[in-house]
This record gives sequence, C-alpha cells and structure tokens, in this order.
Amino acid sequence: MAKTTFSIYRGDSEGGQFADYQTEVGEGMVVLDCVHQIQAESAPDLAVRWNCKAGKCGSCSAEVNGKPRLMCMTRMSDLPEGETVTLEPLKAFPRLRDLVTDVSWNYGVKQGIAKFAPRAPDAEDGTWRMQQEDIDRVQEFRKCIECFLCQDVCHVLRDHRKHGEFAGPRHFVYAAALEMHPLDTADRVEALKEQEGLGYCNITKCCTTVCPEGITITDNAIIPLKERVVDRHYDPMRSLVRGLIGR
Amino acid sequence: MAESFTHDHDVLVIGAGGAGLRAAIEAAAAGVKVGLVCKSLLGKAHTVMAEGGVAAALAHVDDRDSWRVHFADTMRGGQYLNNPRMAELHAKEAPERVRELEAWGALFDRTREGKILQRNFGGHRYPRLAHVGDRTGLEMIRTLQDHGIHQGIEVFMEVTVVELLKDGDRVSGCVAYDRERGKMHLFKAKSIVMATGGIGRAYKITSNSWEYTGDGQSLAYHAGAELLDMEFVQFHPTGMVWPPSVRGILVTEGVRGEGGVLRNKAGKRFMFDDIPDNYKAQTADNEEEGWRYCQGDKNARRPPELLTRDHVARCIMREVKGGRGSPNGGVFLDVAWIKPHVPGGAEHIKKKLPSMYHQFKELAGIDITQVPMEVGPTTHYIMGGVRVDADTQMSTVPGLFAAGECAAGLHGANRLGGNSLSDLIVFGKRAGEYAAKFAKENGGVQIDRAQVEAAECMVLEPFGRSAAENAYAVQHDLQNTMQDLVGIVRNEGEMAQAVDKVAELARRAAVVGVSGNREYNPGWHTAIDLRNLLTVSEAVARSALLRKESRGGHFREDYPDKDKRFGTVNHAIRKGADGQMEVFEVAVPTPSDELQAVIKEMG
Repeated sequence: MAKTTFSIYRGDSEGGQFADYQTEVGEGMVVLDCVHQIQAESAPDLAVRWNCKAGKCGSCSAEVNGKPRLMCMTRMSDLPEGETVTLEPLKAFPRLRDLVTDVSWNYGVKQGIAKFAPRAPDAEDGTWRMQQEDIDRVQEFRKCIECFLCQDVCHVLRDHRKHGEFAGPRHFVYAAALEMHPLDTADRVEALKEQEGLGYCNITKCCTTVCPEGITITDNAIIPLKERVVDRHYDPMRSLVRGLIGR
Repeated sequence: MAESFTHDHDVLVIGAGGAGLRAAIEAAAAGVKVGLVCKSLLGKAHTVMAEGGVAAALAHVDDRDSWRVHFADTMRGGQYLNNPRMAELHAKEAPERVRELEAWGALFDRTREGKILQRNFGGHRYPRLAHVGDRTGLEMIRTLQDHGIHQGIEVFMEVTVVELLKDGDRVSGCVAYDRERGKMHLFKAKSIVMATGGIGRAYKITSNSWEYTGDGQSLAYHAGAELLDMEFVQFHPTGMVWPPSVRGILVTEGVRGEGGVLRNKAGKRFMFDDIPDNYKAQTADNEEEGWRYCQGDKNARRPPELLTRDHVARCIMREVKGGRGSPNGGVFLDVAWIKPHVPGGAEHIKKKLPSMYHQFKELAGIDITQVPMEVGPTTHYIMGGVRVDADTQMSTVPGLFAAGECAAGLHGANRLGGNSLSDLIVFGKRAGEYAAKFAKENGGVQIDRAQVEAAECMVLEPFGRSAAENAYAVQHDLQNTMQDLVGIVRNEGEMAQAVDKVAELARRAAVVGVSGNREYNPGWHTAIDLRNLLTVSEAVARSALLRKESRGGHFREDYPDKDKRFGTVNHAIRKGADGQMEVFEVAVPTPSDELQAVIKEMG
C-alpha cells in the first residue's frame, strides 16, 4: 500500500514548524487514525487531543488542509489522493503543543451567560408539560458537541481577535437554546448586545458551514437573537411610545 | 522532588462524566468545598457516547410500569448476582433524578401529552428509557455541566490522578499531573469520590475512548479497597465492524428498539432460534408480534432482538463462527425494512436515530435508511468495579467512595441498556451526598510526604529510560491478549495463559521509556496508564478463572451452563499483604422480604 505524507505542525506557545511524517493509509481510515499511527510508529510525543473517535465529543478539532475539521470524522478517502495532508492546530486559540490549543477561554465565556431559570412547574408533582414541536428548535441547538470549530472559523475571533468583546457562534447557539427553551424565564438580550458582542456578527455563515452537527447556527440561532435585540432597542413604534409617555 | 501545586478540598471528585458531575453537584449543595478532576476537557467524558436513553419507571408510556418492575427486570438481567439493595434504590430513585435533569434544562423527547417520552430497550418489560433521539448521553452530560459550572465547584481539566494517598486507614488525597504542562499536583481531601468509568481500553475492540483505562478500580485497589465482580465485562452485541479503523464504535440498542432486526447472511432472523427459558414468557415467538411491540402494542411481547446484551452478543458470535455472518465478520442489522410500515419512511428513521444515520454515513459511507448495517460485539462496559456500600457508595477504605461504572453491585452479571445513565445520576448523587457528610463528620487529614514522593517518582521514572520498551507496544500487546484470551468466549487454558502474559507485560511496562518533555506528551501518558490497565486486566482474568460457570457477561466454553453454587457468590479482590492479588468469594447479599416477594411476583 502506498504511504501518505503528513505535514504536521510541531511546536508550542513559543513557536514551531511543520514536520513531515509518512504512514500507510488503510481502508476506511480517518485522519485521527493516521495521527495515532504516526504516534505509535515515529512520533510518540506528538500531542493531539481526542476522546470518543466517533464525532460525539468534539475534542479532536484541528485544521486539515487549512479547513477546521474533526479529525475523527475526516475520512482519508475524501482528501485528494496522493497529496500531502497538512495538519495544524486551531487558529482562534492560543497554541499549547503541536495540534493542541488552549480552549479554556470558551469555558469562561459560557460561565458568564445567565443560567437556565425555569418557570414554576406546570403540574402538582413538580413537572412540566412541553410539546415536541415547541422543543424541536432547541433540540437542534443542544446537538452541539462544543468542538469550537465555529469559533475557529469566525473571522471576528480568528482574524480580529475580539475575544474580550465577542462570545462567538458557539455561545450564541448556547444563548439561543436558553432563550428559546419553553421553560426559561431569564433575559439575556441586554447581555448579548452589550457584553457578548452579537452585533459583530455580519452573517457570513462560515460557522454554519463548518458545524459537524449540521446546526444552522446563523439562520436559526444568531439571526433570531439579533431580531430580539433589534425589537428591544430599535423598534420605531416602541421608541415613539416611549417618547410619548416620557420613558 | 516537589509538586508544583497543592490543593485542599473537603470532597474531591475524580472523573467528570455523569456520575462525577452529579456527585460534585450534590456535594457542593451540602455546602462543602468541592474539587472536580477530569482527564479530558469538561463535557467530553464517555457519557457523551451513551445513545439510547436513561431507564426510569416514570410510567409515561405504559402505566403498568413501576419501580417494582424495573427492580425485577434489573435483577433478572443481572442473573441475581446484583446487590439487591442497590437495585432497589436505583429503581426507586431514577424517576426523581430524571425529573431533576429536566428542572436543570434537559429537553427529553415528548409524549403527545407533553410528558417525557420513553422507549423500549433490551430486558426492560415496558417502554422505560427517557431519551433525546439517540444522543441522550450528550444531553445528560451537557445538562449536568451547564448546571454544575454555577455551583462553585473548582474544576481541574486534563489532569490525571496517579495515586491515592492514605492517612492511616483513611483516604487523604491524591497525586496527579496536568497534561498541559506535565506539572505535579497534590490534592488533599477529606473524602474522595471515584467516578472514572470503565476499563474498555484493556481490549482491542471496544466502544470506549482512551480514557477508560481502569483508573478508579486500579487506584482504589492499590489504596487497599476491594473490587467486586471483575469477571463480568459486557460485550455490547452491536458495534461497527467496517471499516477496520472504526471497528468497535457503538451502534445503539435503540436501533433494535425502533424495530431494527438482526439477520444472518441467508437473511434469517436467527434470534428466534435461541430464546432462554426465563425470557420465553415475555418474548415474541413470531416477527409480526415483535413488530407490534416496537410500535407500542401493549399486548405484544418484545422481539428476541431485545433480549439481554450478553445473550444477543453470543448469538451473533455463534452465527459468525458458524460461517453465517456478513462479509466483514459481523451480522446484518436492518432498520431500513421498517420504512413502508411507518409514517415518513426514511425521514422517520433519521428523526429517531440521527446519530446512527450520521455515523454510518460519515464513517462507512452507508445510508442506514436504505441498506442494512454490519455489526458485531464490542467491549462496552464492566459490571464489576469498586466494592461499595449500597446506601452510601463508600468503599472498604474509609472516605473513599465510588459511583457509576467504576463501582460494582447494581448490575450483577449483566447490565441492562439504559441502566447505566440512571446508575450515574442515582448513585452519583448518593456518593456526593455521603462523601460530603463524611467530610463534615470527620476531621482533617495529614499528608504523608513519603507517599507523595514515591508517587511522583513512579510518574517521572520513564523519562530516565529513553531507549527502553515502547509504551504503545505494551498497550497494544495487552489489548490483543485480553481480546484473544479473556474475551467474549473464555476457557481455563486461555485465561491461565492471559494471567502469565499480563505478568510478563507488567515486567515490560516497568522498563518503558519516554522521549520528549513533559508538556502534553501522549507517549508519557500512555506509559503511566499502563499500570492501571495491567491491574484491571489481571483482576478480570483472575476472577474469570475462578468462576467455573457461564452467567451474564461471563461465558465459558468449558463450563457452558449456570452452576447453582456460583449463583450465590460474588468474587471479591484485594491486594494481599505480600502485594499479590487475592480473589475470594463473598456471599451475594440476601434481598429483604419485600424484595424477595417482588422477585417472586414478577417471575
């Protein structure tokens, strides 16, 4: 069987360079299999973060030939045959070592979003009633595996480095799931505008394109959130009423 | 040598899957200082892989269900080696724990009345599994994570514990390293909850991720705790078999719950050929009745595809070994056939089994709404683990608790699907509650520097042996040994050979060398994990050797039948005074009179 060449970023927070490795690619192998094989054969200290190897945990995010992908769900047979495969870490986050980045910023952002606050239970036994059609949309958002590929591809984070002012697509999906949860009573609209920088998103839909769970991030989560912000702050009728009653 | 960081907690939870997160939340609610250590990033633990659902007798779909039926199903599935008190607590408390998840934001699929929907699963008499499509585990871990981060729990991500510390008989903390920088950490704690999951990485074909190296069982054992039921490993009947690189990845039992059927290469539904006597009364004897069951007909009995996992896995092995398997060494699992019989056809399948559709499409290039899947057994779960008190989850070491997969007792010889997610939240909660209580009622602990230094020394030793044995090679050989010699079909000779091989691999592991530095170095991490993998492998092989019968997950071709005598004993394991592993028999706890009556009534 022919060997494939992998050009893999090796380095740490100080810097690094690409190194070439060759390994044999068997039937059905995914990129992560090749990385593991290279570890076992020639680079035991090659750092890679992974876990389930089934596209369910979102740990093995990296850039494969420049595109943000889950390495466990990228089949070698889908890449151009005979060409070198380039692997490098996500660009939106600080590099730790080789393919591993420091994604801890995301955990801090999530913690800053107001938590789920349910209304009083509907039934005497302390439970609620919800119709399936009312939760379908939120269930779509809750498919998110927190791989942060959407964060990586978003130019507001990737190019403009607005990490201090912009929560990123992942957290807009999280906020949307809470805002559209039939039981939730908290209000996140003000924070989305002021702290989480929702306005920076100019709807290029890159996040939707890379989402391995197929969540329609822009259309279903971000745009409805933007509409809520607009309704609250820029509704002309409401401004008029406010002006008339002096509030 | 000195550690770089020291931490001090009342309760330290090791592992952040469903059980660990639930334990940490409960302990924090008791007002004590809680630390949570996990090997991966938060929210990535193996709980995300759980697909089918969480078993709880909510009785939303069939009002004949109750804790009694759930208890009886669990005991029957476990072949009565279960700890009956744990099975009772589990059946009684699971519904409340599931409702609590909803109060924390979980969104389960709904019934028409707007209640939590429940689905059929193997070994459960009534539709009992609350679920979210086939990604229930993700929903559960995310709910616990998103709730947990607001409870004042201190989380340490990508930190691996390498040794527990003792203050006299009592646990006093642990030594760990962080993956990112390779720095040593000393955690001092009044009580510790082990919630580290299973041992699947000891096998070649497994549904488990790299984390499942038996840390909890092994660390507890080396700290003097007893293990129980280690011979009972669950081989899930349906893992992917093709392509080779994804062999072992789980195919949820939910496929069969939705009407998926198993066929051999001749197209025959072979599960009808072998229905165990104790399940005959509740199993359909024809295809038409089985399908009616899957569609919710309360008068129909369940199809034989939904018999217990141990049995289905063996039937699949029999077909494969008999030359009646699929091209890649499995059998066919067909859910596409239901299309003409359900509204929506292919869309219905995608809606009910979205992850499975996605998984086969992406990894195998197969559309499960059009063609059958190829499946075969995969190492999935260990019923055995740390021996704990049923009510408090405390091990035989004071202050050391265990919950979830790394604890033993609830499942006996075989676990029912769906009883794992419920196990996590029922006993995770209890472990957290009693660990907090223990921390409050018992004073501070002293750290023994000699123990700390010995542990740190053990961890760093491989760096001094650069040209020695390769950690990946030892791990690989161990996985092959366990797969081939202590797998789904076992015998005396092979298992004795396995014990010898594990000892030889331990000698090789002792001279493993590591290159590179301490920052995020997978070669080093693999070297350190070997000790735990070897310990649990030896425990599995030694317990299995002594059980000269077949029961549940443990099948011996030299003793293919159940033996009444073994039906009354569990195998316990402890580290002897000479450092050698000792296996001994303990009597299965006797059920209370009330529970005995329930078992009798339910058959």
